[in-house]
Amino acid sequence: MRGSGSDSGSMVKNVPVLDLDAIIDDPGTRIIVCCGSGGVGKTTTAAALGLRAAERGRHAVVLTVDPARRLAQSMGLSELDNTPRPVAGVTGEGTLHAMMLDMKRTFDEIIEAHADPERARQILTNPFYQSLSSSFSGTQEYMAMEKLGQLRRSGEWDLIIVDTPPSRSALDFLDAPERLGRFLDGRFIRMLTAPAKAGGRSAFKLLNAGFGLVAGAMTKLLGAQVLKDLQTFVSALDAVFGGFRARAEQTYRLLQAPGTAFVVVAAPERDAMREASYFVERLADERMPLAGLVVNRVHLPTAGGLSAARSAAAAEDLEARGEHELTAAALRLHAGRMQLAAREQRQQEHFASAHPTVPMAQVPAMPADVHDLEGLRRVGALLAAQ
Amino acid sequence: MSSRDTDWDGVRLHVVTGKGGTGKTTVAAALALALAADGRKVLLVEVEGRQGIAQVFDLPPLPYEERRVAVAPGGGDVYALAVDPEEAMLEYLEMFYGMRRAGRALSKMGIVDFATTIAPGFRDVLVTGKTTEAVRRKGKDGRRIYDAVVLDAPPTGRIVRFLNVTNEVAGLARVGPIKNHADLVSGVVASPETAVHFVTLLEEMPVQETLDGITELRGAGLPAGGVFTNMVRTSGLPEAALDAAAAGRFDPMELALGLKAAGLADGDPNAAALAEALAQEISEHARRTELERQERVSLDAAGRPRYELPLLPDGVDLAGLYELAESIRAQGAA
Ligand SMILES: Nc1ncnc2c1ncn2[C@@H]1O[C@H](COP(=O)(O)OP(=O)(O)OP(=O)(O)O)[C@@H](O)[C@H]1O
Ligand SMILES: Nc1ncnc2c1ncn2[C@@H]1O[C@H](COP(=O)(O)OP(=O)(O)OP(=O)(O)O)[C@@H](O)[C@H]1O
Ligand SMILES: [Mg+2]
Ligand SMILES: [Mg+2]
Repeated sequence: MRGSGSDSGSMVKNVPVLDLDAIIDDPGTRIIVCCGSGGVGKTTTAAALGLRAAERGRHAVVLTVDPARRLAQSMGLSELDNTPRPVAGVTGEGTLHAMMLDMKRTFDEIIEAHADPERARQILTNPFYQSLSSSFSGTQEYMAMEKLGQLRRSGEWDLIIVDTPPSRSALDFLDAPERLGRFLDGRFIRMLTAPAKAGGRSAFKLLNAGFGLVAGAMTKLLGAQVLKDLQTFVSALDAVFGGFRARAEQTYRLLQAPGTAFVVVAAPERDAMREASYFVERLADERMPLAGLVVNRVHLPTAGGLSAARSAAAAEDLEARGEHELTAAALRLHAGRMQLAAREQRQQEHFASAHPTVPMAQVPAMPADVHDLEGLRRVGALLAAQ
Repeated sequence: MSSRDTDWDGVRLHVVTGKGGTGKTTVAAALALALAADGRKVLLVEVEGRQGIAQVFDLPPLPYEERRVAVAPGGGDVYALAVDPEEAMLEYLEMFYGMRRAGRALSKMGIVDFATTIAPGFRDVLVTGKTTEAVRRKGKDGRRIYDAVVLDAPPTGRIVRFLNVTNEVAGLARVGPIKNHADLVSGVVASPETAVHFVTLLEEMPVQETLDGITELRGAGLPAGGVFTNMVRTSGLPEAALDAAAAGRFDPMELALGLKAAGLADGDPNAAALAEALAQEISEHARRTELERQERVSLDAAGRPRYELPLLPDGVDLAGLYELAESIRAQGAA
């Protein structure tokens, strides 16, 4: 049923319910982005939604980033491959493809697409490019977005579900492309490329004395070859960068389009909920469409409403009497569980009071990891059963 | 200084890594406290500009300066340093080249930022350089200033690149002072004076990352240390009960009797229902425990010393940190 979750003791009161089936069933939904802070269940949620959407008739593709190994295997993903592959074992009319992002390869492909072969070769073999493409913090986010743009342009799927890279802050996904852009547009890069643009001879002559000093220091520190590599790299990159930027902006606009739905995932813990809160606010600022919050790995109260306090007191009593050790231990376990459930409930209420209009869904913590289609199906059902 | 034998006697640089959020900063801080116990002097270093050390010790943000942040059990000092790559670069230029002005110009033009962004290897060599300098630093009496240095390091996915600085800068700087500096760092990091410890939870992904990390570390010739299993939950439930629950043979009858004895249930049906519900919780717990046991077995296969740190139910405050330090000492890790 729809509406308020207040009929169930486990849920947060007076908060709209996130109806994920309605979202995946709506043919107008073309992109779902799963984001959230590290380790909360973004990949699991993305894969579960993809499977559920496919089994409800969509032609879906899931773009995963760094999935757990067993999960990747169960979806038939090999690391070597930067394109979507069909997932076997999906029932029903729809189809599911999945892929694992290879950030370096995606970067290489952009270079190859935007530069002539000679220039592309210069860039791809440059040590600075190799360093940038495999370890710039933000490259992974940027490439996830790039890949999303590619999948969308291909027009092969009617629903694209994107997982976002593991990072401390959910905001990184939105900030990284901008950061890479700012970096490539930065003052020092402009300085290094200035001579080429001005048709001048030496990088250093054109510029102020400060730069001479700097160049001297850099040469001393790094050796002349490094500076040369750097300059080659920067001017080669400069030539393709216009294309880069245009694409990043295009994808960014895609995220603001009405067919996009952001699903923010959080664990019911202080740090993760705080991140979710920042992220929700940021989406509003950017006018990006938020579907709602999934609170994952929730511990619900159990055992007939026996409270933590009564349980702990009874355990203490039995322990003091030296009787019924097993029951005492079971009551301790229960008290701990109830305390945890209450703490988690408070975290969610805190979020809800700050964001009363954000729809929420809860997924209980399962005793085992989610690593096969059956597990994903179960998570999908739990996501939908609010 | 003391006669206690620990698993890491002779190690002066303790590098702490692990999957994001598993407790690297917490464990690094607790390990520093444990190592400093009984009158030693330990430096705790962080390198990611997040002021994590200030947070765990409940202090205002730390400057780029070694300062005392805690007194260890039995006397002993923990100093802390938040390394800033830019500051480290300026210090380095000035110390070795007398290039103060050039350094400031580099910094003003955003070049340090640029260089460390485009080539994280540069950034790494600066911060590991500062750390290994602290390890090697000697006082007037010729003795090391710090008995040990603990580094709250980047996560597992980046640790080998981070420590393998020579390799990382080799592609960028084949000769010159950066290269020499990197070689110096490697001399410390790859030596038996260093141990790289992993923090993990008893869950699939962090365990897998730990095992992969240990393999990768070995491949790079770097010294793997111990494995700290963090946030371990314990229950007072007897093994036999857990085994029975895991096998689906748990009898709630005994619970029903206990519940009545404790005055929690009025009437038999009520006691039986409550017992049933508790039995359900026990079997879930048993299942979790069984999975955790399997993760332990996987970890043990890596052949590294393993330590377990309890989940502190109310989160980590200062008292909790000392509790973890005590546990680290009791298990012989310090
Ligand atoms: N509801 C759940 N119950 C139990 N385990 C879960 C649940 N959801 C996710 N997990 C497990 O938690 C672990 C982390 O999940 P997942 O990989 O989806 O997180 P993530 O947010 O993508 O992490 P990262 O930030 O590292 O990419 C996985 O082992 C997964 O199987
Ligand atoms: N043994 C423990 N018991 C309870 N809570 C813990 C324990 N260890 C760590 N925590 C908590 O877990 C959270 C993550 O810990 P911490 O910041 O040390 O991890 P980290 O690995 O350094 O994270 P990051 O990857 O973000 O740097 C913190 O809130 C911390 O207080
Ligand atoms: Mg993930
Ligand atoms: Mg940390």
